[in-house]
Formats: sequence, structure tokens, C-alpha cells
Amino acid sequence: MIAWRSTWSIYKRELSRFLRTAFQSVLAPVLTTTLYFIVFGAAIGGRMPDLGGVDYGAFIIPGLLMLTLLGETTSNSSFGIYMPRFTGTIYELLSAPVGVAETLIGFVGAAMTKSLILAAIILATARFFVDYSIAHPLFAVLYIMLVAAAFSLFGFILGVWADNFEKLGIIPMLFLTPLTFLGGTFYSIDMLPSPWDTIALANPIVYLVSGLRWTFYGSSDVNIWISFGITLTFLAACIAVITYIFKTGWRLRA
Amino acid sequence: MEPILELSGLTKVYPGGLKALDDVDLTIRKGEIFALLGPNGAGKTTLIGAVCGLVRPSGGTMRAFGHDLACDWRRARARIGLVPQELSTDMFEPVKRAVSYSRGLFGLPPDPARIEEILRSLSLWDKRDERIMALSGGMKRRVLIAKALAHEPDLLFLDEPTAGVDVELRKGMWAIIDQMRARGVTIILTTHYIEEAEEMADRVGVIRNGQIIAVDEKEALMAKLGRTEAHIALALPMQTLPPAIAQFPIGIEQGGMSLCYRGGDGTGRGKAEVADLTKALTHAGIDYVGIETRESSLEDIFVSLLGENAQ
Ligand SMILES: Nc1ncnc2c1ncn2[C@@H]1O[C@H](COP(=O)(O)OP(=O)(O)OP(=O)(O)O)[C@@H](O)[C@H]1O
Ligand SMILES: [Mg+2]
Repeated sequence: MIAWRSTWSIYKRELSRFLRTAFQSVLAPVLTTTLYFIVFGAAIGGRMPDLGGVDYGAFIIPGLLMLTLLGETTSNSSFGIYMPRFTGTIYELLSAPVGVAETLIGFVGAAMTKSLILAAIILATARFFVDYSIAHPLFAVLYIMLVAAAFSLFGFILGVWADNFEKLGIIPMLFLTPLTFLGGTFYSIDMLPSPWDTIALANPIVYLVSGLRWTFYGSSDVNIWISFGITLTFLAACIAVITYIFKTGWRLRA
Repeated sequence: MEPILELSGLTKVYPGGLKALDDVDLTIRKGEIFALLGPNGAGKTTLIGAVCGLVRPSGGTMRAFGHDLACDWRRARARIGLVPQELSTDMFEPVKRAVSYSRGLFGLPPDPARIEEILRSLSLWDKRDERIMALSGGMKRRVLIAKALAHEPDLLFLDEPTAGVDVELRKGMWAIIDQMRARGVTIILTTHYIEEAEEMADRVGVIRNGQIIAVDEKEALMAKLGRTEAHIALALPMQTLPPAIAQFPIGIEQGGMSLCYRGGDGTGRGKAEVADLTKALTHAGIDYVGIETRESSLEDIFVSLLGENAQ
């Protein structure tokens, strides 16, 4: 049994936290997208061949989208749980008649909504620079929501695990950002010389970027079902960890 | 009367080995105001945290409204409110939205009229659209109370509700607690102002080092442990107690200039005995120039209880 009213309250609250900083939330992705397009799209892109029949400027859109989504979703949701722990306001969530289901659905639902808003902003900005079309729009939306769900849960785990601000930033900085840049955001894995093209396949982000690229252009480095499967596995692993956290109260209850 | 909360054998050992609750048995009755008193670090906040789900107990059982808190916590917690000791609120939220959120979080449908009533009763209505960070400490504390009342709990924990609150507001807070009592809410509060417990509580529990060392009706506790103290200033100094007044629990103080009486039990028996003492003095021809009597307060009892237990 899920207490939907409680879930709805958590969802609304999370979303309002995002909208409170709406200016930043909108301006930051617009600015980064513009910068990336100027640097990669215009400056470098002119000298790049089409990749798999797709213009380079258009090719980087899914990667750019993924770059922003992973970063924003992870940091937003890790702050969303870390700050209440830090300031003590988490007492209310812990003393309320809500369990792991309500908390997660509220948090993840809000993260999905935010991601779709962000994606829309980025895609609208990209329109100013390149022409593109989306081959499977419905899949694209679903895929974005799936990735948002997985990484908001990942951020949630980070926010519970971190016991200071440094730790909060270190995982995204040390792992997430490098792996994203190496994950075929701005190039196709095929372009890498051997053996790097094989080594790159050990990077899970490759599959995420590739999956999203498939929803855009119908072709990708790796099979869409593998991408889909890896995203789902990651999601399931995060859910399992969080369920464990709630069951044992690790880092949440004294 | 029917118990609303039953703790038995409740124990909490924090990681690191500190035993904050040591085999606590406590029963709270429906509709009463229970004051939990104890020095800093006694385990009051830990006890409240255990019931409210902030602290994982190491042992023992807890039942609220007949539900076992270990398995049926959802139904129990929906009826429990908590005002924490620390002033922790979402600083960026406006007052009214924060309070409405609390109501929703506890699973109740929105009810703007009820929220308005709560905010008005706490004199927060004028501040309803203010961000919480723009409020004073006492107002923040009242926001926490409003949040705890938003889901209309039947059992309310107030962890030092009047800490850092000025005298006038404290009186206001007492009035609010009275209103809640009238509405049938059971209240468990902690405080370091013993006079507050004396003013409001029906029953009092004293906790020290994680152990409950006394639980009783406030009146019974005061009757059992209360004393009358009287100082009688003498006209002429006295070196030894004359036999005529030797049967009274008295002593000589201030170098023979004064007699000190300590006796009675907090029911007023001491006062009567002091009256008898003055008659005996007159009868024995001992002249006195002043009498000062004082009934011991809950605070005296509290201090003596803690002192006794330390030995
Ligand atoms: N999270 C924690 N980890 C370890 N020890 C803790 C923790 N919380 C409290 N303690 C210890 O448990 C004991 C009881 O603390 P508690 O907060 O329950 O006391 P209290 O009676 O509420 O005191 P006060 O009147 O100061 O609020 C203290 O010795 C405290 O140091
Ligand atoms: Mg305390």
C-alpha cells in the first residue's frame, strides 16, 4: 500500500525546490549548450565528417543532453537528501508515516520531471545552431526518464553516504564527469584506435549515450537493447541499495 | 485509563557504546500531559527519537495506540506529532507552505481553513508568506509547532518547546498546550524549566543516565517528596534546644539567632506543624521576631532526586 498523498507532497516539494532556483536551472543548461555548440559544433564540427550519416553538430546533441542530465540529476538529488540531513529537517520525513516507496516515487518522479524540462530547454537551444530531427521521440522521452530515474537514485545514495560537502562533490567530479566525457559524448567509439575502442566499452556511460543517440538517429555504437538493459540494471541496483538503506536506517536514523 | 503509549525494556546503545536508554519502562495515559525531566544528556531526546522513528532502538518494545511500532509503524506514526529540540526548518520555504507540506506528508488532504486556524492560534498568520529564515528564533519554534499540529496528531512530543522563548511567549505556549489538552491531545514534553512542569504536567518522570528514576502524578510526587522549610528568627540567641521543642524536626542556625524547621510532606502538614511549633515556643517563653516559611518546589524535589541517585 502506497500513501499517495504523502508521495504527492514529496514530489511537489522537490519540484518547487528546483523551480525556486529556476533562473539558474534554466540559464546554466542554455549557457553550457551554447558554449559546447560554439566550440564543438562550429569551431571543430566544420572540419568533422558526418558520423553514420549524421551531421557532426547534430551528432553531439544526445551526448550533450546526457552530459547535462547526468550531472544535473545526480547533483540535484544528492543535495535534495544531503541538505535535510545536514540541517536536520530530515526529522520530518523520518517521523512521517512514509516508507521507501513514497520517498522514492516522490524523489524520482520529481527528478524525471526536471530532466524533461532540462532536455526541452537544451533541445530548444540546440535548434538555434543545428537542424536535427528525432527518429523515435517517444523512446527518447522514455529513455530520458529512465536515465533520470537511475541517476536521481544514484544521487540519492551519494547524498545519504556523504557526511561532508567534499564527499558530496567528489564522486561526480572523479568518476561521473570523466566517464561522461570519455563515453562517446562528442565522438563515436568507432573513431577510437584499437585497443581503445574495446576498452571504452567497459565504460557504462558509453551505453547510455549510445542508447539516447539511437532514439535520435536510429543508429548507434552499441545495440539499443544492450543500452536499455544496462540502464535498467543500474536502476535496479540503485533501488536495491536504497531499499537496504531504508531498512537498516543506515546514515539516516541514529 | 487506557494507555496511549507503552514502552517496555526500551534500550538504546549508540555506536561507540554509549547507553543512552537503559531498560526504560513507561506508560503514557490518554489525554495526559507528561513532563519528562532530566539533566543534559539524560536520554530525553533519544527516548522521543525512538518513538518517532529517528533512533533505532537496540532493544525493547514500543506500542502506540495499540500498534506495535516495530511493524505497524505507519498507522501509529500518522497520529504522532513531533516538535524537535533543534530549530531545523527549511529556511527558504514560506511559513504557510511549510505547514501545508507537513499535513500532506502525513497523508491528509489539504485543508486551508485548518492551517489558518493553526497559524492564527500560534500568532503566525501575519507571517504566513514570510520565508522561515526571516523569522525570529521564537517564531521559528512556533512554526515547528504548527508543522507538528498540521496533521492533527493525537499524541504530541514537545522536546523543550520553550527553550529560548521569552517569558510572555512562554505563557502563550502554555496556553496553547492547554488548548491542545482540551482537545484531547496527549502531550509528552521535556523541559529544563521545572516550574513549567509544575505548572502544566499531570504526571512527571525523571530520567537520569538513561534510566527512569521516578514516575508519578505531580501531586503525589510533591506530597511524597515535598517539604516545608521554616526559619524562625529569635529575639535572643539560643545555644541548645530546650526540651519543650525538641520533638520538632528543627535545628539551630546562624549562631543561635534562628531556628530552622524542615519537615512535612508537601500536603501542607508541614505548615500545621510550624504553627504548632510557634505555639510551643510561646508556651516555653521563647520570644521570636520573624517567621518565614516555604514549600519546596518541584525543582527542589528534582534536584534532591538527582542528588540521591548520584550516590
Ligand atoms: N547520534 C548520537 N550518537 C552518539 N551518541 C549520541 C547521539 N545522540 C545522543 N547521544 C548521546 O546520548 C546521550 C543522551 O542524549 P540525549 O540527546 O537523548 O539527551 P537529552 O536528555 O535530550 O539531553 P538535553 O537535555 O541536553 O537535550 C548523550 O550522552 C549523548 O551524547
Ligand atoms: Mg534533548
